[in-house]
Amino acid sequence: MNIIDRRLNPKGKSLPNRQRLLRRLKAEVQEAVAQSIAGRRITEVDSRKPVPVPVHGIAEPSFRKGNDGRRDFVLPGNRKFVKGDIIPKPPGGEGGSAGEAADSGDGEDDFTFSLSREEFLDIFFDDMELPDMVKRRLKETNAAQPARAGYSIAGSPQALDVLRTMRNGLARRLALRRPRQSDMDDLLRRLDEAEASGEGATVSRLTEEMETLRRRLRLIPWIDPVDIRYRRFEYRPVPIAQAVMFCLMDVSGSMNEHMKDLAKRFFMLLYLFLTRRYRAVDIVFIRHTHEAQEVDEDTFFHSRETGGTVVSTALDEMNGIIARRYPPDSWNIYVAQASDGDNMASDRGRVETAMTENALPACQYFAYLEVDDPPRDSWDGRHFKSELWRTYEKLLLPGVPLALRRATSPGQIFGVLHDLFARERAD
Amino acid sequence: MSLLYQGSEWNFDTLKRVYDTVEEIALGELGLEVYPTQIEVITAEQMLDAYASVGLPLMYRHWSFGKHFVRNEALYRTGQQGLAYEIVINSDPCICYVMEENSMTMQALVIAHAAFGHNHFFRNNQVFRQWTDAKGILDYLAFARDFVARCEERHGIEAVERVLDAAHALQTQGVNRYARRPKRSLVEELARKDERRSYVEAMWNPLWTTVPGRDRKADPKTPEAPQADLEGQRQIELPEENLLYFFEKHSPSLAGWQREILRIVRVMSQYFYPQRQTKVMNEGCATYVHYRIMTRLHELGRISDGAYLEFLHSHTSVISQPDFNSPRYSGINPYALGFAMMQDIERICSEPTAEDRAWFPDIAGNGRPMATLREVWAEFRDESFILQFLSPKVIRDFRLMHLTDEADLPHLEVTAIHDEQGYRAIRAALAAEYECARLDPEIQVVAVDLPGDRRLTLEHRIHDGRRLDPATRDRTLAYVRALWDYPVSLKETDARTGTILPNGETDLD
Repeated sequence: MNIIDRRLNPKGKSLPNRQRLLRRLKAEVQEAVAQSIAGRRITEVDSRKPVPVPVHGIAEPSFRKGNDGRRDFVLPGNRKFVKGDIIPKPPGGEGGSAGEAADSGDGEDDFTFSLSREEFLDIFFDDMELPDMVKRRLKETNAAQPARAGYSIAGSPQALDVLRTMRNGLARRLALRRPRQSDMDDLLRRLDEAEASGEGATVSRLTEEMETLRRRLRLIPWIDPVDIRYRRFEYRPVPIAQAVMFCLMDVSGSMNEHMKDLAKRFFMLLYLFLTRRYRAVDIVFIRHTHEAQEVDEDTFFHSRETGGTVVSTALDEMNGIIARRYPPDSWNIYVAQASDGDNMASDRGRVETAMTENALPACQYFAYLEVDDPPRDSWDGRHFKSELWRTYEKLLLPGVPLALRRATSPGQIFGVLHDLFARERAD
Repeated sequence: MSLLYQGSEWNFDTLKRVYDTVEEIALGELGLEVYPTQIEVITAEQMLDAYASVGLPLMYRHWSFGKHFVRNEALYRTGQQGLAYEIVINSDPCICYVMEENSMTMQALVIAHAAFGHNHFFRNNQVFRQWTDAKGILDYLAFARDFVARCEERHGIEAVERVLDAAHALQTQGVNRYARRPKRSLVEELARKDERRSYVEAMWNPLWTTVPGRDRKADPKTPEAPQADLEGQRQIELPEENLLYFFEKHSPSLAGWQREILRIVRVMSQYFYPQRQTKVMNEGCATYVHYRIMTRLHELGRISDGAYLEFLHSHTSVISQPDFNSPRYSGINPYALGFAMMQDIERICSEPTAEDRAWFPDIAGNGRPMATLREVWAEFRDESFILQFLSPKVIRDFRLMHLTDEADLPHLEVTAIHDEQGYRAIRAALAAEYECARLDPEIQVVAVDLPGDRRLTLEHRIHDGRRLDPATRDRTLAYVRALWDYPVSLKETDARTGTILPNGETDLD
C-alpha cells in the first residue's frame, strides 16, 4: 500500500477544458456580454468581479428513448396503494415524480456560469483592433527577440549543439590520431599470431606498440571539453509600432447627464480596450468646454466641470500636443471624439481648418461619436443633424480616415465601439 | 487493544495504522481478495477536477468535461451538492482518492469502503474480469490523452472536437455486449476453405446433375447484383450493434487518426460499461464491507465510541431511502438497496425463516454467509442479482410497488405491491430497470448500399413501444452522418413484427 500526497499537484487541471468550452460558446457568450454591458453601471464595467453569463444549448445529444409507449416503475415507500389502484397523471404530461426519476440526467443544459474578468474582457474585445497601424520603428529596447548568433564555448545544457560538438570531437580525434578500436583488434590479433609462432622479437615489438596505443587511447578522450559548443542567441530589438490615442470629450453645459454618461461609457470601454490589447499605446485625455485642457485619466472620467462649447479649442490643443510630443512621422495617431454636436456657429471655420490642415493628415483614424437623448416618439427616429455633424460630414471624402457614429442609449455603446474598431476581415 | 487514533485529525501515520488494521480484518475475517492499493490524498478542488474527467486521473481534453466541471463547481459552491468522500478507480494498483477535509473516522470509512469493498468487487466480479483490463487502463489513459493532444496540434482543435463530439454522442452504442468470436488466422481461414471444398468434392454426386430444374446460368433473370451486395454485407459483418466499432472499421472517409479517436472513445465506453451494470452490487458490496469492518473495529476496541457514532451517522445518511412522494426522492438509492440485500443474504444464510427456505432453498441456513456473499459478488450483475436475490423481506422493508405508465392512458396503474402475489412481479420489474440493454435503445447497422450510393441504414428495434426522442434523435443522426460521410437513414421497427412504425423513417442525405 502506498499513500501519496497529491495536494501539492498543480491545480486547475480542467482549465484547458474550460477554454474549449468557452471557444465553443463564443457567439453566445459574446451576445450575453454585450447585453450585460448595457445594463451595468459605468463603474462596474471595470470592476474585478466575475461576470455571470447564462448559457443555453450545449447539449450532448445521444440516442435516447422518448416518453411514449409503456413504462414500468418500481417505487419505494408505498403506504396506501393496493394492486389495481388507478392514479391520475399529474398535469403536464409527465408521469409525476416517477417520470422525473426515470428522466433524470436528460434535462436540457441550462445553467449560468461565471466568466472571470480576464475572460470577459477577452471576449469583449475579441476581433477589435486599431486600424492602419503601419508606422513602425525601433523604439526602446524593451521589445527584443532572441535570434541565433553562431556558437559559443559556454552556455546552458539545453543549448548544447550536439552536431557541432561531435564534429569537433571527430576532427580532434583524427588530428591527434586517436587509435581506433579496429587498430587495437588488428594489433592484438597479430600479437596472438606472433606468440603462437614463437617469434620473440616481433612479440616484444608488438607489445611495445600496443602499450603506446593504449597510452594514446587514455590520453586522447573521445569528447574533450574543448569540443563542446553551445548555440548562441542574441537579443535583437524588434521594431514596434508606437501609437497614441487622443480622447476628446465635450463636457460643456449642453451635454446633459445622459449624454455625459454615454460619452464616459464610450471612453471607458475604449480605454479598457486599449490598455488591454496594446501595451505600448499612449493615451491623451482632453476635455473641453469653451476652452480645452489636457487632463489625467481620473479627472477625465470623474470630474464635473461645465461651461460653453468651442470645439476648435480641443482640436487646437490636440494639434499642439502632436506637434510637441508625437511627431506624425513616427507615431500612429488615433483620435476619438465624443460630443453632443453643439458648437458655436462662428467656430465652424476654425474647426474645418484644424481638421483638414492638421488633425486629419496627421492621424490614422478619427472616430467621432455623437451622443444624444433617446429619440422621442414624434421624432420617429429622424436624425436632426447637429452643427458639428454637418461640419464633419463635409469632410467625409473617400480616403479620409474619418468615421461618424451616433448613440442614444447605453445599449448601443458597445455596438458603436465595436463597429468603429472592428478588425477588417481578409475575406 | 488500544485505540488506533483519537480525535478527528488525521496524519499519514494514523492513515497507515488504520489501513493495516482494516486490511487484517478484510483479508483475514472477511476473506476479501484485492488489488494492491494506492491511496492518494487530494483537495476539494482536485476532487472537482476529477469529477470533470469522469473520475479518471488522466483524460483527454474536451469541452464537455469543462461543462461538467462548471456545473459541479456551481452546485458545490452554492451548497446544493456535497462532494464524494472518495473516488476509486478500477485499476491495478487500485487508486483511491481521499479528500484532505475528511476527519480520521471518515478516512477509515473510506479506506474500508473503497480500498477494500470496491477493490474486491473490481478484482473478482465476472463482468469486470471479462471486460476491463485493470493493469493496462492507466497506461491506456496516458496514451489516449497524449494521442488526442497530438492530433489537436497537428489537425487543429476544431477537427478533433468534431470527431470527439460525434463519438461521444454514440458512446452508449459503442460497447460490445457479447464477446466477439476470435478472429481466425489466415492459416485457419485457408484450412477451413480447403475443408469445405474437399467436403463438397467428396459429396459430389453426378446423380444430382440429372435432376431437372432451372438452369441458373441460362436464366437471364437471375439477379446478380443482390448476390454481390450480400457478399459485401457479409464481409463487413452486418448487422452490427457497436456503431463506434463499425465506423472505426468501415467508414469510407475517416482518416487514420480519426479512427483511432473513435477507438479511444469506444475503449473508454467499454471500460465503464461494467460499472453501469453493477451500480447496486458494487455499492452494496462496498457498503456492506465498510459496515462490517467499522463495526469490527469498534468491537475490538480500536476506535472510540465517538468515532463509531460519527461513522454511524454518515453510514445511515448514505443508506437512507426517501419515499417516492418525498421531495428528496430521486430514484432508488443503490447504496440502500445494495446494503439491504447484502445484509439480507447474510441473514438468510445464518437465520433463515420458513419463507426464506421456500424462496432460497440453496442458500438458506447454509451457515456460510461470507462465502455466499463472495460468490454472489463474483458471479452476478445488478439485473441478475436482483432477479435472483431480492427477497420478500426486502420488498416489504422498502414497501416497493410496481406502477405501469401507458403513454396514451390518462392514469398510472398500480400493478403490484409488496404482497404475496406481487413479490415476483416487483422483483422482475426492478431487475429490468437495471438492465442496460433494455434502458438503451437497441440500434444496429443493418445495411449498407455498397453497389449503390453507400447509404447506411440504422435500425432501432422497439420492444416496449418507446420510440426515440425526436429532438436528440435528429441531432445524433447528424453526427452519424458526419462519421459515415454518405447518406444515412434510421428505421424504427417493431421488434416483434419487424414492420416499420408510422413515420418511422428518418433520412439524412
